Amino acid sequence: MGLLSKKDAALITDPLLDNNPITIQVLGICSALAITAELKASIVMALSVMAVLALGNVVISLLRNVIPSKIRIIVQLIVVAALVIIVDLILRAFAYELSKTLSVFVGLIITNCIIMGRFEAFALANKPWRSFLDGIGNAAGYGLILVIVGFFRELLGSGTLLGFKVLGDPIEKTGLYALGYENNGFMLLSPMALIVLGVIIWIQRSKNSSLIEEH
Amino acid sequence: MSKRTDSNGYTIVFAIIMVLVVGALLAFFASSLKPNIDENKRLEKQQNILYAMGVNENDESSANFVSTTVAGAEFVKYIKKQIVLEVDGDVVTSQQNRDEYMAENNNQEPYLIDIKQQQTFAKEGKQRKLPLFIGEKDGKTFYVAPIYGKGLWDAIWGYVAMDENMVVQGAYFDHKGETPGLGANIKQRFFMDDFIGEHLLTENGDFAGINVAKGNNDPKNEEKTDNEVDAIAGATITGNGVTAMIKADLALYVPYFKTLKK
Repeated sequence: MGLLSKKDAALITDPLLDNNPITIQVLGICSALAITAELKASIVMALSVMAVLALGNVVISLLRNVIPSKIRIIVQLIVVAALVIIVDLILRAFAYELSKTLSVFVGLIITNCIIMGRFEAFALANKPWRSFLDGIGNAAGYGLILVIVGFFRELLGSGTLLGFKVLGDPIEKTGLYALGYENNGFMLLSPMALIVLGVIIWIQRSKNSSLIEEH
Repeated sequence: MSKRTDSNGYTIVFAIIMVLVVGALLAFFASSLKPNIDENKRLEKQQNILYAMGVNENDESSANFVSTTVAGAEFVKYIKKQIVLEVDGDVVTSQQNRDEYMAENNNQEPYLIDIKQQQTFAKEGKQRKLPLFIGEKDGKTFYVAPIYGKGLWDAIWGYVAMDENMVVQGAYFDHKGETPGLGANIKQRFFMDDFIGEHLLTENGDFAGINVAKGNNDPKNEEKTDNEVDAIAGATITGNGVTAMIKADLALYVPYFKTLKK
């Protein structure tokens, strides 16, 4: 990446794999289980978190020298809550159907540990540009896992991707269904998201043994 | 180490300024986006009402509204009349058509009547207004009534389309925050479609409502006069909420349907 120095680029690439907020830091699990039954909801959740985290990191970073340390957690909470409410209002004004699907989960963004975690661990100690990159990187790492889980859950659970019937029609018995294939309704339930997530963590750690903790 | 930002005075001043700035920002967004949000809600109500009477773009499994771009035109095309009723016991005491209602109520369309607010009026002993939307499609007349109640976590509501014998012709349910995969399934086809053809009245003509019943001995829902549909596993309280709102709100329309028979 010519635009970014090596150090800055690492802020984006690290959280994608070796320091992924979900699979390595095990943050943001709640929303990863809740909304990944469809690929579309995963993508929207990932983008919403990206917007909130990048903006929030910048705001916190700009304020880092003036925030009183005694109430810094409350200040972080106010910043993220305000941003989330604004995102929610914008969704309700311009993407109403989507906002209804996400209405339950918009509140989950506020309590998403990734956001508070990055504010506290990174933005309070770094300059705005680096904080911005850190926010994008971590949200991308979070989003990547969400999209992978959403992809498998929607494909195996409903036989669709983004609503398109990629495996044929289950009622008319076309495509794969003609061969006797059936959708697995269990994939649509949250427990399967945890299992998919577990498989992702397993694969990741088997590829990179330095990630395995010693006990 | 003593920093300027550690003093109590600074902390309090910072907190006050922060609250003022954030408050102003949120107020600005909320008021500038309100027209768009209100318009979305208005179109959604039209889509809901049309959905209940069978004007929708359902495919074989999922529920789809007519698109927002045509909802307004379709609403005018299919909904022939909007009336607002007042009932007292078994008697319809007042029946206003759309123009009469709008003249008295700041040009508010009857389909925008806030059902929750009307329920509060009834509790306070004031007269509750009952909107009813009369639609026609393929030569059939549909009477669509709004219902509102509570589920497990938050509000649930819906629209039920009936014929003149109070036999359900279509239903749409929605919720604010029911559990995804469980209570949230009340807005899925498999649940809403079960209501189609169900009778709200018993054979004697008394109002019985429709029970969302566990232990229903008719899970395939072939019996349409048993006043029961099959419940969703894991969503007992949401299902009970649906039963309750159908019973409470649709019973109020019985006097009107009796006048149709005369």
